[in-house]
Amino acid sequence: MLISLFVACYNDTLFPETGKAVVTVLERLGHTVEFRQAQTCCGQMHYNTGYRPEAIGIMKHFLEVFRDAEVICVPSASCVAMIRDHYPKMAAEAGLEAEVAAILPRVFEFTELLIDKLGVTDVGATYPHAVTVHTSCHSLRSLHIGDKPQRLLKAVKGLTLIELPNADQCCGFGGTFAIKNAEVSTAMLNEKMNAIAQTGAEICTAGDNSCLMHINGGLTRLDAPARCLHIAEILAQ
Amino acid sequence: MSVHVGEAATAPDFKKAAHVLLGNTQIRANVRRATETIRNKRALVVGEMPDWEQLRDSAQQIKRRVLASLPGYLEQFEAACTAAGGQVHWARDADEANQIITGIIQSHKQTEIIKVKTMTSDETRLNVALEAAGITPWETDLADLIIQLGHDKPSHIVVPALHKNKSEIRQLFLEKMNLTELGDKPEDLAAAARTYLRERFLRVKVGFSGANFAVAETGSVCVVESEGNGRMCVTLPDVMITMLGIEKIIPSFNDLEVFLQLLPRSATGERMNPYNSIWTGVTPGDGPREFHVILLDNGRTKVLADPESRETLHCIRCAACLNTCPVYRQTGGHAYGSIYSGPIGAILTPQLQSMEHSQSLPYASSLCGACYEVCPVKINIPEILIHLRGKVVRNGDAPMGEGLGMKMAAFAMSDGSRLAGAQKLVQLGHTPLEAIGLPGWSTTRDLPSIPKQTFREWWNKR
Ligand code: SF4
Repeated sequence: MLISLFVACYNDTLFPETGKAVVTVLERLGHTVEFRQAQTCCGQMHYNTGYRPEAIGIMKHFLEVFRDAEVICVPSASCVAMIRDHYPKMAAEAGLEAEVAAILPRVFEFTELLIDKLGVTDVGATYPHAVTVHTSCHSLRSLHIGDKPQRLLKAVKGLTLIELPNADQCCGFGGTFAIKNAEVSTAMLNEKMNAIAQTGAEICTAGDNSCLMHINGGLTRLDAPARCLHIAEILAQ
Repeated sequence: MSVHVGEAATAPDFKKAAHVLLGNTQIRANVRRATETIRNKRALVVGEMPDWEQLRDSAQQIKRRVLASLPGYLEQFEAACTAAGGQVHWARDADEANQIITGIIQSHKQTEIIKVKTMTSDETRLNVALEAAGITPWETDLADLIIQLGHDKPSHIVVPALHKNKSEIRQLFLEKMNLTELGDKPEDLAAAARTYLRERFLRVKVGFSGANFAVAETGSVCVVESEGNGRMCVTLPDVMITMLGIEKIIPSFNDLEVFLQLLPRSATGERMNPYNSIWTGVTPGDGPREFHVILLDNGRTKVLADPESRETLHCIRCAACLNTCPVYRQTGGHAYGSIYSGPIGAILTPQLQSMEHSQSLPYASSLCGACYEVCPVKINIPEILIHLRGKVVRNGDAPMGEGLGMKMAAFAMSDGSRLAGAQKLVQLGHTPLEAIGLPGWSTTRDLPSIPKQTFREWWNKR
């Protein structure tokens, strides 16, 4: 299958290893990956911060770039949530209902793609470490991702999966919230870091590098033993 | 017209207020313990309902229907209530409501009233207006009594004194009720309050309440509560005054079936409230001889006028969104600078006040969506928060630099080659993000190191 990768702007810039890992996993499974150079961003930061006209501009560009893509893989649950939940509303405003309706069924978050579209749970990875899963709010409440990450991780050789207590609690990232209300965001992060510490896991994983950047930033600042890693990077091992 | 919501117009912004509260470990511990308890109880009794989602859908439909023809339902209520012997008053704003109420009390030459929990009277600051007119308001809801005795502010919609623990309440009672001894069990505290209140229940001639629902079809008013003090307030006095926001109308008596299932389970984790008082006008020989209803607008018709956020008016004030909110759980309710706290406060207060104050509230959320998930009337709070952020931006009230940063970012995102150019700047250490104000980040969190190669550069060299 020809899979078009929408890597997401912040992964492209700050977490290229995640994009590479997605390519590794999909190619290992026998698929062809393409990367459309014109791609940029989903518009989430603008939309969530109240800059709707700008977000609509970014949406238009996304629709143009991926118009004829067969399957679009996104290693970022929050970008998928943006596309699924908010593009239809913005489309109505921009007269792009048909374009958005046509693209939505072809957009998959990375773990959704593996399980729902490709029907794989064992991607042939080996990772002999103790891992816990952070369920990002977007994957939980918008994508209803359920236990997809856990099912993929259980099939990884050598991996010990440990459940994270209070997994449905927000980690406190929330995009510009992390900056605008940095202190409350940090208080929420502290709870998340305590929960991670309780598991004794070496690695906290998720399908969103945005939350992970925030959590990992806190963990390294405190010299805590655990580190964060995107799920694609585990599945690529 | 002057709309005000409690003291929200002069409250510090959320970030400043949160800073102070985050340093108060006692309040934080109290809030955490209390919200955790209610959350767990709620989860249990909601989990046992096979038709919970259908109930939520029904409630949403009923509320939509009401808002679509609100004037008609209000007039229907007025006619039915009047026919049953009640008197209906319309108040455009807080001051007008306070004047009407003061006038009614004065016309009976009374100098005190007994009150049972009403949010609208906190909204209009009725107690301040009454005291200025020489009238003493006695709060009879246990939590409101605690707030009143301590000259404190409510921090929760359903449990206003949630930020206080038992020993703090015991101290307060000892001091304010002139007691020499008092146990520290909840029963001891309740008994002390009962003794204090009983005498007032029997003496005072005017009662005042809020309402959870008002039925257009019958002109009935409904108050639900746990203590029975409300029941005394609405039955013992000669004159009864009830104030409610105009959005509290429901079309028919049968609709109560939906809401009286949703509300107690969402609010206190009870299957049913211990006291459900529903009354219609006046009944000779039974209860108050005179009954007044104040229908309060105070900004609500403006909220109604905005199709993108009008569902804010669906709210039945159950506080489930507060109890589940990870932000509220850190700060407690005082950070929101309004009697309406938590997620619903973050969308309601700014709208009632025409976005003139409380500009920081729409940002007091990580948009995690937990509030929307539990809301019994399905208010999409995150979506409304984003809508209100858009209003702040359009009004030109966003922080300086943010707009420019967003414009620059939008330009970078308009094409892959422009993004690649911006990425080069990031790699060189001129991150445009720092212009928007990343410093808040770095106090407690390390930034990721900037990779030498972006993904697209890697792809191109592959
Ligand atoms: S917004 Fe919904 S959850 Fe929050 S208090 Fe109102 S009805 Fe309850």
